[in-house]
Amino acid sequence: MSKGIAITGMGIISAIGNNVAENYHALINERIGISRVSKIDTIHENDIMVGEIAYTNQELESLLNLTPENNYSRTAFLGAIAAKEAVKHAGITDISAYKTGLISATSVGGMDMTEKYYYQYLEDENVQKYIAGHNAGDSTQKIAQQLGIEESLVTTISTACSSAANAIMLGARLIKAGKLDRVVVGGTDCMSKFTINGFKTLMILSDTYNAPFDDNRKGLNLGEAAAYLVLESDHVVKAENKTVLAYVKGYGNANDAFHQTASSENGDGATLAMEKALEIANYKPEDIDYINAHGTATGNNDLSEGRAIIRVFGEKAPEFSSTKAYTGHTLAAAGGIEAVYAILALQNNVIFPNLNFKTQMQEFSITPQLKLKEKALKTVMSNSFGFGGNCSTVIFSKKE
Amino acid sequence: MEKVYINSFGSVSAQNTEYDSSFLKDIISYNDTTIPAINPIYKDFIPPAAARRMAKGVKMGIVASKLALQKANLNNVDAIITGTGMGCLHDSEKFLSAIIDNDEQYLTPTPFIQSTHNTVGGQIALEIQCKGYNFTYVHGSNSFESALLDAKLQLELNEAKNILIGGVDELAKHTVLLNKTINHIKKEPVESAELLETNTKGAIFGEGANFFVVSNEKQDSTLAVVDGLEIYNTLEVDSITDKAREFLKEHNLNVSEIDTLILGNNGDEEFDIYYNTLTSGDFKNTQQMVYKPWIGECYTASSFGLLLAANILKTKTVPETFQLNAIIPSQYKTILLYNQYRGENHSFTLLRQC
Repeated sequence: MSKGIAITGMGIISAIGNNVAENYHALINERIGISRVSKIDTIHENDIMVGEIAYTNQELESLLNLTPENNYSRTAFLGAIAAKEAVKHAGITDISAYKTGLISATSVGGMDMTEKYYYQYLEDENVQKYIAGHNAGDSTQKIAQQLGIEESLVTTISTACSSAANAIMLGARLIKAGKLDRVVVGGTDCMSKFTINGFKTLMILSDTYNAPFDDNRKGLNLGEAAAYLVLESDHVVKAENKTVLAYVKGYGNANDAFHQTASSENGDGATLAMEKALEIANYKPEDIDYINAHGTATGNNDLSEGRAIIRVFGEKAPEFSSTKAYTGHTLAAAGGIEAVYAILALQNNVIFPNLNFKTQMQEFSITPQLKLKEKALKTVMSNSFGFGGNCSTVIFSKKE
Repeated sequence: MEKVYINSFGSVSAQNTEYDSSFLKDIISYNDTTIPAINPIYKDFIPPAAARRMAKGVKMGIVASKLALQKANLNNVDAIITGTGMGCLHDSEKFLSAIIDNDEQYLTPTPFIQSTHNTVGGQIALEIQCKGYNFTYVHGSNSFESALLDAKLQLELNEAKNILIGGVDELAKHTVLLNKTINHIKKEPVESAELLETNTKGAIFGEGANFFVVSNEKQDSTLAVVDGLEIYNTLEVDSITDKAREFLKEHNLNVSEIDTLILGNNGDEEFDIYYNTLTSGDFKNTQQMVYKPWIGECYTASSFGLLLAANILKTKTVPETFQLNAIIPSQYKTILLYNQYRGENHSFTLLRQC
């Protein structure tokens, strides 16, 4: 059993940067990564804005030193890049020195290749290698291979937009129970025609820059990203004299049990998730210094989440902001990239602004943090909610 | 640490598994390349209006979970943990082909909404109004095992009392076609009893839903104790024997103490060697059973193996048809399960009588 769950490494690739340093730089300089879609051929190109990663698949392939025969989906490419950065950052040179697992999250999996070759698969032998890469677990198997994780506990979580938060949660529990000494946790999702059209039919895609918690918010921008953390037990931290970036202090998962896609008006599931996480952390609401909100900028989410925040914290909620104006909503990866942002906030004692906000929401009086703010932070709460009523909260802290 | 009991199961499969009275009494033999699950009378479990919007996977999942809850005499649980290798394939195909065929126009949101991997887990939560922990694992042939592992972790540490876990996968037309193209599904139909002797590439695909109530409290309905579970992303054929020994040793067991070995052979000449290494090696004097020839292969087929094992420990009888060798043990106390798909995502599960 391990008392603390130490975070010793992190890696990220998103629309605002190809690594942790670039992401931080963009966050504090208010540089957003939202643009018109360039890598996917879609009739909606003039109706939507997205958070795309600059690298092409060929560039990612060469960054990973893969030969052209590989059958990586973009989800796998992105995941491998971010996971490798995390492991390197944690100073791990021998991955098998400790019992190391991988918990990855994805919702898209290999859909980017499936949608490209759906009918072509039947005739063209050259593209058939991608067929077996469709299932969500395949990207995780490839990331494990890239990290050299063998004969170990490797699994994939897919709970829509809360997936990566749940991967962090499971990883923390596996360390706590002593089942693993070390675990790489996070998520990856690439852009796809499938998700663009899915969210389009739900009419929750904004035609302009997404504006979380704004009264006139028009919906979300889809994004693509991957991010991973390395979690290690007290034992490994001590034995290896590791620098600890932060700790996973609390986590909570609950189901809204309200609707397959919509959140309940009063945020029942979100409230439960935040309360559970506080309970596990043994914190009171006032112990939270900053909330990195899910804040997708859809009418439904921001109302439901805002009300849930008030239910847990009262009208005097701590500073909160959504960073989705920077990155777009990166679906299964969102809980991962926002975990990295939460840790960057803790490390640098800074709260990232909730960009594009103009008008206070009518339904409540809490207002997100609008300007970059320096504040001594001890704890950060990160929320992630998804389809299927899935609500997750993770709390990160500076101290064990 | 608390023990982990299997208190009930509910199953929709290509065999008679829905009701206790007919449970695996007459084994149905198939002669095809895909084996669909037998449709239960859905309206006994799901309001028809709701059922019309649901694909088979979701419906099978709801029926299996309701059966499991009924048999455990529960209305609700502390957590719902689902495993699915391919997720809601039918709706994924429906939405994707509509995008391609109609050039991204005239789309309706329903198939997209229902295509999400956690649809089954979410729908079950909605049905029984369970606001507790709800996870969905999607990791190939360890999707269901991940769900069991997660539940075991919570029950052992007393973080929950009753957890509903399950494995569900559905067949879908285009995916079947694609898997035939790359020889993951056999080209020619095979009789169930002949499947393991075909010496051809690929498997016979199937579908189904097997849900269980696992608990750290024993009750009258309890079938077995889950004593051990390990999952491995990779394993070489050469190391499978050592891994099996290592797993048994961790549970203070030797090979002779295993009464029955339940295996995931699917008749694929390329990958059954993993199973054959065990059956012709360390376990050659152990009773061996297989089930995939009669229900088909899918990423969560191993959840059927678990209910088979649990049922053997409770009833002390085995469906003879599933026996791979002629050995009959003197008792049914300890069962080992081993599964993998295409040489990846291996698992050992250890069940004991309680």
